[in-house]
Amino acid sequence: MTNPETLEKPDRDGPVKRDWGGALDAADADPVAATQRHAPSQPPLELYEKRKAVHNKRIDGPFRRFKWFVMLVTLAIYYVTPWIRWDRGPYAPDQAVLIDLAHRRFYIFDIEIWPHEFYFVAGMLIMAGIGLFLVTSAVGRAWCGYACPQTVWTDLFQHVDRFIDGDRNARMRLDKAPWGPAKIARRLSKWSIYLVISLLTGGAWILYFADAPTLFVDFFTGEAALVAYMTVGILTFTTFWLGGFMREQVCIYMCPWPRIQGAMLDENSLIVTYKDWRGEPRGSVKKAAKNPDAFGDCVDCNMCVAVCPTGIDIREGQQIGCITCALCIDACDKVMADVGRPRGLIDYATLEQCKAEADGAPASPAWKALLRPRTLIYFTIWGAIGFGMLFALGQRTHTDLTVSPDRNPPYMLMKDGSVRNSYTLRLRNMEARPREMEIALRGMPAGALMWTDAIGLEDAAPSQSVMVPANETRIVRAYVMVPAQAKVSEFSFELTSLDEQRERDIAETVFTGPGSE
Amino acid sequence: MMSNHSEQRIDQPTGTEFVGHEWDGIEELNTPLPRWWLWTFYATIAWSAVYVVLYPAWPLVDKATEGVLGWSSRGELSKEMQRADLARQSVFEQIAATDITKLPANPELMSQAVSGGAAAFKQHCVQCHGAGAAGYEQYGYPNLNDDDWIWGGTLSDIEYTLTHGIRWAGSDETRVNYMPAFGEVFQPDELSAVVDHVLSLSGKAQGNARGAQLFEQNCAACHGPNGGGDRTQGAPALNDAIWLYGGDRAQVSQQIAMPRHGAMPGWSDKLDPVTIKMLATYVHSRGGGQFEGEATDEVAPKEPGPEEPVDVAAGAIGTGENDKS
Repeated sequence: MTNPETLEKPDRDGPVKRDWGGALDAADADPVAATQRHAPSQPPLELYEKRKAVHNKRIDGPFRRFKWFVMLVTLAIYYVTPWIRWDRGPYAPDQAVLIDLAHRRFYIFDIEIWPHEFYFVAGMLIMAGIGLFLVTSAVGRAWCGYACPQTVWTDLFQHVDRFIDGDRNARMRLDKAPWGPAKIARRLSKWSIYLVISLLTGGAWILYFADAPTLFVDFFTGEAALVAYMTVGILTFTTFWLGGFMREQVCIYMCPWPRIQGAMLDENSLIVTYKDWRGEPRGSVKKAAKNPDAFGDCVDCNMCVAVCPTGIDIREGQQIGCITCALCIDACDKVMADVGRPRGLIDYATLEQCKAEADGAPASPAWKALLRPRTLIYFTIWGAIGFGMLFALGQRTHTDLTVSPDRNPPYMLMKDGSVRNSYTLRLRNMEARPREMEIALRGMPAGALMWTDAIGLEDAAPSQSVMVPANETRIVRAYVMVPAQAKVSEFSFELTSLDEQRERDIAETVFTGPGSE
Repeated sequence: MMSNHSEQRIDQPTGTEFVGHEWDGIEELNTPLPRWWLWTFYATIAWSAVYVVLYPAWPLVDKATEGVLGWSSRGELSKEMQRADLARQSVFEQIAATDITKLPANPELMSQAVSGGAAAFKQHCVQCHGAGAAGYEQYGYPNLNDDDWIWGGTLSDIEYTLTHGIRWAGSDETRVNYMPAFGEVFQPDELSAVVDHVLSLSGKAQGNARGAQLFEQNCAACHGPNGGGDRTQGAPALNDAIWLYGGDRAQVSQQIAMPRHGAMPGWSDKLDPVTIKMLATYVHSRGGGQFEGEATDEVAPKEPGPEEPVDVAAGAIGTGENDKS
């Protein structure tokens, strides 16, 4: 993934320790000393590494504001969706988005998915997968940086840290401070807020699986199902632990996505890049003032490291810990503005663009990176699946008939010599109202009669009407009888809904008699 | 080869320290695992110790250690069975409280009874009547799917037969009759004439005056002048296509000369009344069931009534008509 020509580590006077866990003890510490963690005097080799807390500094800028916006939108979607009502009449739930596992129905606004249509759900998952490919090949790890729940909740928890303990330096001081009443009070209040957020997170999840207002009340009156409490408990714990304490460790050690990214990024994917040809060698403003030609644009202020939520140094190049949240771009742009140098020392760029820029070629327009065969092919596949599913949704009917003939006994001889077969019919009514449906015999000789287990032979007729409950499949045992002399081997049942839709379905089946053995 | 270096050497290109292991010039770099990973590993070990105490774990000679929670998969099953029984309790009570002739008026309860009967049938009845309830002609086990009933095919008739059995010593009210062996009464040519007459009743042979006369004298008292049978005494109809012991000439002849008398045990001593009732509804539902005269008008509508709405409180069926989706 890494292009050695453009992203080769700058030749530094000291070795660089690759470090994902908060490289620096203080923002303004001497960077070289800070990165030489294993000086000869240090204790012997450790095979297990203690997590170094990341205390990221507050920053404001366009990307930070965009992150706020995405956080607001994603959290709003998560918390509001279960409460949206959607009138489906008296026979179906009125929750807009409901995963009704107990009754095996998925409701998504106007779409209702039955178990036999699970390919729609599978299709949506495939679209989500290909959508992720599309986004990754076009704009890199945008999912990681902005939309991933781990990112959004980590961000939220880091804001809580800042709210309770102050910004980066204050938090680092508090970390080192001995335990006392003040520290305990701060920690307890911080963890309480973590816990409340975690509870709200886990609590909202279950609302997707049952009627939200009812479940909400039941949950607090102790009447909800045990599985609801267990789900909330597990999700509260995982949110508390992963969002409050594990944070960037999830991205670096647990999540497979950063590894998949490695295979999916190419030289035309947008990544957050430090333009080393412009920045190196680094030097403070003072040094650069004395000797302007000896230093690049990077003033080595370490702001990019200080604001990073995963605690990496982007100047070491593209790496697994970089979720491309672009907060370092905000930080660097601000510093560049302060020292009067052009913005974009750290910027979103593709490797191709970096190479061209380093060679002094003019910048290629951004759309060139987006519109290329790879993204277009992903988009075509993604769109084709979407259109295919929409088409299939539009084509599906809300009635269905399946027939299975009884095998034991294959036929019955009646008193008057007539031959009777029995069938199990499944009448599916996907409308949210009970519907009367007619089952009629097709391809049968005159005199053929049918009746169902709900009525007697006296009421046998060439067709029967059956009431199918709303949103259900009704199983009907049907008897078909033909006169003694009639010869018939194949025929069909035809189902017609007796309403204005007049939806029809035909199921072919066989008729067995003494002669057909 | 473990390093005792007093100083750590750093690999320049990666900035990572060496562990100190070296094989033919290839050296190992130290990329330490996170410490929490180690603690997670220890936690799983600790949990396994807890698990061994709580749950069945160590296999012994005839069973495993039981664990202090006393959990077992058999125990789970029996708990679930108890829960299922409890859930069915109210249905059983409803069925018990409903007279069997009134069951068809409640389609939902009726279908639950039929389902319960189907399950009981598999356990108690298939040994003779077969899994499809089609019986075995060669053994004289009657077919329960057809519309020919020797002792009656209404729900209450079937319930009575199930309760008291046929020629069953266990009940004073059992259904019982015995057809005389006419092999000792008829001469061989008389027997042949009667057989022809009996077969002619269903159009399987040419009738003859002698057979008709002998039938009139010896058989019509029970089987009726036209061989229509008499359910009150369990005399089968002879003028239809269905024969309990077979309908060809030799089989009919044998049944007249030396009748077989099948027996069925009553189930009142083995099954509770609710199960018997459910079995009756199942047998009745097999396609040949007949409705009692007084109940016919109200329980066998030409078109079945509307189903109970899913949500009874939500209103009448008509309100659903205007809803889209």
